[in-house]
Amino acid sequence: MGGLTLPIVTDSLKSVIPVLLIFIVGAVVLELVTYFILSKVFRSRYVLPYTLLAPAAVGLAAFVGWPIIFNVIVAFSNWRLANLLNPSFGVGYFVNNIKAVFTGPLLNTPDSGFFIMFGRTILWTVVNLVFHVVGGMALALLLNRQMRLRGLYRTLLIVPWAIPQTIAALVWHGEFHQQYGFVNLMLARIGIQGPAWLSDGTWAFVAVCITNIWLGIPFMMVVILGGLQSIAGEYLEAAEIDGASWWQSFRNVTLPLLQPVIGPAVALGTIWTFNNINVIFLVTGGGPSEQTNILVTGLYNAAFGFSKYGFGAAFSLIIFAILFAIVAVWVRMSGALQGVYE
Amino acid sequence: MNTPTLAKPATSQQNWIRWLFFRTRGDSPFVRLLIHVVLIAACALAIYPVLRVFSVSLRPGDQLLSSSLAIIPANATWSNYVQLFTSQNFVLWVWNSAIVTLSVSVLGVTLAATSAYAFSRWKFPGRGAGLLFLLTTQMIPAGMVLIPIYLMLAWSGTKLHIPMINTYRGLLLAYSTTALPFSIWILKGYYDTVPIDLEQAAMIDGASQLGAFWQIILPLSTPALAIVFLFNFMGAWSEFLVAYRVMLKDTLWTWPLGLNAMQGQFQTQWGMYAAGSILIMIPIMLLFLYSSKWLISGLTIGSVKG
Repeated sequence: MGGLTLPIVTDSLKSVIPVLLIFIVGAVVLELVTYFILSKVFRSRYVLPYTLLAPAAVGLAAFVGWPIIFNVIVAFSNWRLANLLNPSFGVGYFVNNIKAVFTGPLLNTPDSGFFIMFGRTILWTVVNLVFHVVGGMALALLLNRQMRLRGLYRTLLIVPWAIPQTIAALVWHGEFHQQYGFVNLMLARIGIQGPAWLSDGTWAFVAVCITNIWLGIPFMMVVILGGLQSIAGEYLEAAEIDGASWWQSFRNVTLPLLQPVIGPAVALGTIWTFNNINVIFLVTGGGPSEQTNILVTGLYNAAFGFSKYGFGAAFSLIIFAILFAIVAVWVRMSGALQGVYE
Repeated sequence: MNTPTLAKPATSQQNWIRWLFFRTRGDSPFVRLLIHVVLIAACALAIYPVLRVFSVSLRPGDQLLSSSLAIIPANATWSNYVQLFTSQNFVLWVWNSAIVTLSVSVLGVTLAATSAYAFSRWKFPGRGAGLLFLLTTQMIPAGMVLIPIYLMLAWSGTKLHIPMINTYRGLLLAYSTTALPFSIWILKGYYDTVPIDLEQAAMIDGASQLGAFWQIILPLSTPALAIVFLFNFMGAWSEFLVAYRVMLKDTLWTWPLGLNAMQGQFQTQWGMYAAGSILIMIPIMLLFLYSSKWLISGLTIGSVKG
């Protein structure tokens, strides 16, 4: 039924179970070798931690470390579709690639210059995070009290997070249809003529923002709710006894105590939103005429749509550098990672 | 948090309004009503798009484009579901996804649980650099790693004679390693909150360091382990870009590839697509909601110490 037959089931199990066993045996062998070398040859004090880290380190080196190095190498080349099999490398190519990012249009329309997309990325990140944090905070505050149906509300509010992002984005793509999408049908019910969401640049950007805000609020809500629950009731009681208004105790007691939770969550949210390729890619595809591209979707379209790999690699390094700088400043300012290195 | 027990409403006056608005300190009835209204509206916003997909999946083929807002459409039919099972390899796709996802989650949690312990309990040389590296990897644009990962998997087949393209193991390796940094961070933060005295006590009683880890730290870290399992599961369950390059044979497709192919056919089979989405959402949503009791503590305890 549905293409699944007994031979297929047994075949796939036969191929997956040995693989899992090989991975496990391989990891153990790796650990034993590391242990032996470190303890007998180097007589290290840190035999155990290095041994524990060995399998993960090898996996990370291959699938995370190597791609980064590869990317840096490719950025120093003129690799593109025309010379797929014999690219040349050199510092000159790197300079050209970087120059190309900042000067020419990155895609086919004049609207796709680097600085336009950069500005749009910042706007996209800020709008999304503000709504995520404010919405998540509001819902968390409402849920953080004794009341009936609290568990039900919390469960339903998590739903957008629980749906696979690809499906959610495609669903919203359909629902922004001018004629048959529920957004405009609802607006029509209250007497508003809905816009042509996906064929107007500004409205398309609003549409992708709505989609991503809908997707991202539950994460912030859960994180902030966890933070609120860890605040001891005595602080708020003391504030109340001192005659503090709701706003005063929120501003002076709750918010500062939430900071260790919100700081890292905002850092993580910034990274996820800045680099979010799925939502824009599936809701608008960067269109109409590239007016909703942020840097990462522009990168994907430039690197794969136009097969300019050397240029794409240099572009991705620039995006990475910008994001790294933003997160570094945020971490400094908010103290988001205090205590991590202790 | 100190939780006073719920006041039981007097039995004589037990109606649903009283039940809903049982008295707590502070809020007036009006405020309580307002809170319920706001929360109900928020819940409606959260689940309405899902209900819409369900609604589309029940529509007969000639009414897929309709301006009705009803959740249960006129002439509702299960035919999209039946067609999905008979005319498409849907079950096979879900089976492939399930195999890959479960293996990835188990591998990912095992690898992360042990390496996070090393980061949490020892100040070995390279620790700070390692943690920074893990954090930095989260900032890499997804498009940037796609080509090198593909080339490496292809290279393994042609040069090492260990084919990775069109195999489960290729996906397993790619997924379980790329999810590692985030998993290690979450677990390391959680281990940090478990007092080291507990292990020392166990070790005085004769347990080895690893024995103490196995018997004390791991059981205490259930919430964080659950979160990491969930994140690995969700990531692998709906991953598209890597699978698209690795699983070229349609008998090996995971469900995102299958649904994508369905969308690319001459006329998008929107009804079947919706039916497939609903069936795929159900297990992941159940898993998610089941583990939501750990979600709150598992995610935040690592960052609020004390």
